[in-house]
Amino acid sequence: MITYLAKRLIAIIPLLLGITLISFFVIRLAPGKPVMLQQSLNPKISLEEIKRLEKLEGLDKPLFTQYKNWLWNMLRFNFGRSIGDGRLVIDKIMERLPVTLTINILSLFFLFLFAIPIGVKAAVKANTAFDHITTLVTFLFFAAPTFWLALLGMQLFCIQLKWLPISGITSLDFEYLSWWGKLVDLSRHLILPVIVSSIGGIAGLSRYMRSSMLEALSQPYIYTARSKGLSEKQVVYKHALRNALLPLVTIVGLSIPGLLGGSIIFESIFSIPGIGRLFYEAAMMRDINLIMAEVVLVALLTMMGNLIADISYAYVDPRIRYKK
Amino acid sequence: MARIIKSFLIELSLVAIVFFIPCKASLCQDYGDALVSASIADARTLNPILASDTASSEACGLIFNGLVKYDKDINLTPDLAQSWEIKDDGLVIIFHLKKNVRWHDGYPFSGADVAFTYQKLIDPKVKTPYSGDFERVRSLEVIDDYTVKVVYKEPFVPALSSWGMSILPKHILEGQDLNTSAFSRNPVGTGPFKFKRWRSQEKIELVANPDYFEHRPNLDRYIFRVISDESTIFLELEAQGVDSAGLSPLQYLRQTDTRFFKQYYRKFKLSSFVYTYLAYNLSDRKFADKRVRQALNYAVDKEELIKMVFLGLGEAITGPFYPESWAYNHNVKPMPFDPDKASQLLKEAGWNDVDKDGVLEKEGEKFVFTLITNQGNEERLNAAQIMQRRLKDVGVVMKIKVVEWSVFLSEYINKRKFEAVLLGWSLPREPDNYDIWHSSKTREGEFNFIGYRNEEVDKLLTEGRRVFDQARRKACYNRIHEILYDEQPYMFLYAPDSLFVIHSRLREVSPAPIGIGYNMIDWWVPKKEQRYSRIAE
Amino acid sequence: MKNYALIIGIVIIIMLSCIAIFAPLLSPYDPAAINQDSLLLSPSSQHPLGTDSLGRDLLSRIIYGARISLSVGLVAVGIATLIGLLVGSLSGFYVGLLDLILMRLVDVMLCFPTFYLILAVTAIAGPSVFNIMLIIGLTSWMGVARLVRAEILSLKEREFIQAAQAIGATHSRIILRHHIPNALTPVLVNATLGVSAAILIESGLSFLGLGVQPPTASWGNILIESKSTLGVAWWITVFPGLSILITILGFNMLAEGLKKEIG
Repeated sequence: MITYLAKRLIAIIPLLLGITLISFFVIRLAPGKPVMLQQSLNPKISLEEIKRLEKLEGLDKPLFTQYKNWLWNMLRFNFGRSIGDGRLVIDKIMERLPVTLTINILSLFFLFLFAIPIGVKAAVKANTAFDHITTLVTFLFFAAPTFWLALLGMQLFCIQLKWLPISGITSLDFEYLSWWGKLVDLSRHLILPVIVSSIGGIAGLSRYMRSSMLEALSQPYIYTARSKGLSEKQVVYKHALRNALLPLVTIVGLSIPGLLGGSIIFESIFSIPGIGRLFYEAAMMRDINLIMAEVVLVALLTMMGNLIADISYAYVDPRIRYKK
Repeated sequence: MARIIKSFLIELSLVAIVFFIPCKASLCQDYGDALVSASIADARTLNPILASDTASSEACGLIFNGLVKYDKDINLTPDLAQSWEIKDDGLVIIFHLKKNVRWHDGYPFSGADVAFTYQKLIDPKVKTPYSGDFERVRSLEVIDDYTVKVVYKEPFVPALSSWGMSILPKHILEGQDLNTSAFSRNPVGTGPFKFKRWRSQEKIELVANPDYFEHRPNLDRYIFRVISDESTIFLELEAQGVDSAGLSPLQYLRQTDTRFFKQYYRKFKLSSFVYTYLAYNLSDRKFADKRVRQALNYAVDKEELIKMVFLGLGEAITGPFYPESWAYNHNVKPMPFDPDKASQLLKEAGWNDVDKDGVLEKEGEKFVFTLITNQGNEERLNAAQIMQRRLKDVGVVMKIKVVEWSVFLSEYINKRKFEAVLLGWSLPREPDNYDIWHSSKTREGEFNFIGYRNEEVDKLLTEGRRVFDQARRKACYNRIHEILYDEQPYMFLYAPDSLFVIHSRLREVSPAPIGIGYNMIDWWVPKKEQRYSRIAE
Repeated sequence: MKNYALIIGIVIIIMLSCIAIFAPLLSPYDPAAINQDSLLLSPSSQHPLGTDSLGRDLLSRIIYGARISLSVGLVAVGIATLIGLLVGSLSGFYVGLLDLILMRLVDVMLCFPTFYLILAVTAIAGPSVFNIMLIIGLTSWMGVARLVRAEILSLKEREFIQAAQAIGATHSRIILRHHIPNALTPVLVNATLGVSAAILIESGLSFLGLGVQPPTASWGNILIESKSTLGVAWWITVFPGLSILITILGFNMLAEGLKKEIG
């Protein structure tokens, strides 16, 4: 177990090096320079000044030196400063992280809260009216583009019915509210984004749950359980569900990188100050340090997520053992 | 928390009583309320000498002051300066500073701050993009606390307006690295509003400066809300979540033409300080002949563009100044939309449709070119499509290519790899156009990217920035305008109107040539109509 | 029990394909014809789905949009599937160094923020329909590659392949004749789902202004244009969204049906 873990962890290092190297060169060699340095064709800003600013940012050095410098700093957990505003990259990320994390964790929570019971119920009542209806509804929601749902939801709940605020995550007087006032205010802002972002997932996962449950219900041990005279409830929830839940562990592991990833589209529609927009703007501005920080973050999380998925899967399912 | 708010309220009501006693019923302007304006992008920094984006500049404009500013009729007036003298044919400017000004932290403002700001502007280590105008200063001398003498290397007319640059507080920033200083996110200025808080990508909150040297702003707060999507901003207007926002022509004419908007918002239509043009790469053989450029100008119907793209809300232009400017030459007669004349001129220039395929040829080469414009600007894309159709009528094929902004600048504009581009200039109030038209400004990265070269224009541009007499300057710029329209290095297209709404509870909002923000501190809301509580202070 | 999902899926896809193929015959107007006098008309007998903010007929634009959206979906998935098949079968067959390298490549691609790749390609080549197809294809083949590799690894253990090896069939013959056909069924299901994903990705790219460029209509960019008319022209939001929904529903049903059919 420990040697396996160590091997996997060590394997991350060359992979990470490769990814950062490729990314660095792709980004720097792609056309377009950091926009902050070229301004928006502002006639007040002269050529000499732009050259000087480039030099101050170290962008005039050879690419490989730039990468080496970046790597050396990164190894000491120094991700540098954003070209856009001179702030520490780490500060900018930490500022956005809580919002994105909150929304993603809440979505994931709703995802499991709804998807599992729906899927289980549909499997238990396979081929009944309930099953057909949920199948249809889940198929519809699964097929609907998220941002379309967001636009429709906004139109209905925020404009027509005026039940919810339209954009942002806090009201303008947020700072002056009591703690429960803040909580209510936050929830009112977050409810639509969270629902919209989990709805497609609920549809997908409940389908997955349904088939996983159906498979579990057709296993020999279920017949055994039934023949033992256990009640249907015990059979379904004690024996079948346990086994049907196994694959979900993998899904949790694989959704870890997604927890920190924000969707730019989603965030711009609801005006949410999340990670997605930060990195989108960084990409458009060619803010190299910020982009590279994202590359590292995403790559690390993806690899960790895979690792956790593999390990936990093996852990809950004794049939799987690590090959050497 | 509740107690704090309560005590705030008591204090505030005391303040209010003191202030309200002397005011007569008819003239009474209530204090209080907040103005919430929508911004599509967050500010990058609140250090005014580092800020170059719109959002940052707007916020800085309320927190800081320069020595001079533009009044509502676009004339320079004193701001932090009390007055100024221009001596030695413009080589020397002496500023007399106001004496009653304090920084937001109570420290008195003086000439040392001006000198400090100047030093930072010309410091090569400071990442400011504004050093250009200040490199022309030979020396800056603080004569006493309230007198500053600036000596220039040569007469430079835009020098005075360059002192509209915000002044920084020396007592806070001395010894700090401006590029990384926390000041950029917690600024202290002299302006009508004090910085209160900044939540990234959410809002910047400013509160009234009770000691502002003109007078305390009537509004308690000014809040910039960041809403990153234009359509969401409009939805927020419908929910009264923002008080002021820009509008598209469609929104201006149709979507705000409802009872709701008429009741709660005032719509404004002002001329803006931008214009759109089609620029030719003059080193391209096709566009070398003036007659060809004139022909293309005859072939495109500017009024049609304005009608289709801006639903009529814009103005056709004939030169490189905004139409309200004193430099704009209204005697230049626009060439009418005249496809026949266009065809005739093209023929004179040697372009004929020999093989009768609808496309002109000259020496075996077809008249086909690519127009490049930046991505994300729907207005330009629509305009390009309409022009494309008109040019086809006279036998010219124009292809359209849309490129992302960063790439557009670095790969096409700066490297001169284009045949024609569709772009806009946003112009400062000062008409000096030297960087755009002078033949010395054609290196990579400079703004005469079309490679325009005309000796007379060069001479006039130089004169225009050296002569202080307004009448003589006007003559220079009017002549430049005339030459440029005749030579058509750009096809000058239109200046769209600037369209926006402001919540109607705000009183004293009155448009002027400069815009509407000039008397922001006088805006007020009657007590009964106030929407935001006063707890902010 | 009948395989309803398969039937519904096939019906929807055939209908959509007909619409896309016969677009010029079906659409009542020129989808690009700008008309000053018919801005933002609500649905009527003249314009069954209304008009947009440049006065263009929405029905015609959606019909032509079907061509773009479907072809983006199909071509992108075609590219992804081809690359995936190639990488997956090479990797699965030649265990060892090649496998190691290819699988690391897959890992890198999975961790690589594909957004920057998209940005780089559109920046260099411009966002044309073909480039969009290419980009989506190039960034979504990894799943197929893994699937094919796993399938081949498990097939290798089966008797008929071992028999083929025993009688001395060449490598390429074994891959082409035996492995690929057998791995093809799950790949087909995967590809069907991939079409939906590609259509969604295109609409997402349009949202960022990186997708198919107007005046060419794709469902994505019509839907995105609707943002600016939200609140005054519901039809521009509703109909292209519904078109995407129905299409994706069709492909998902087909995938579901295929899965059931294969068993």
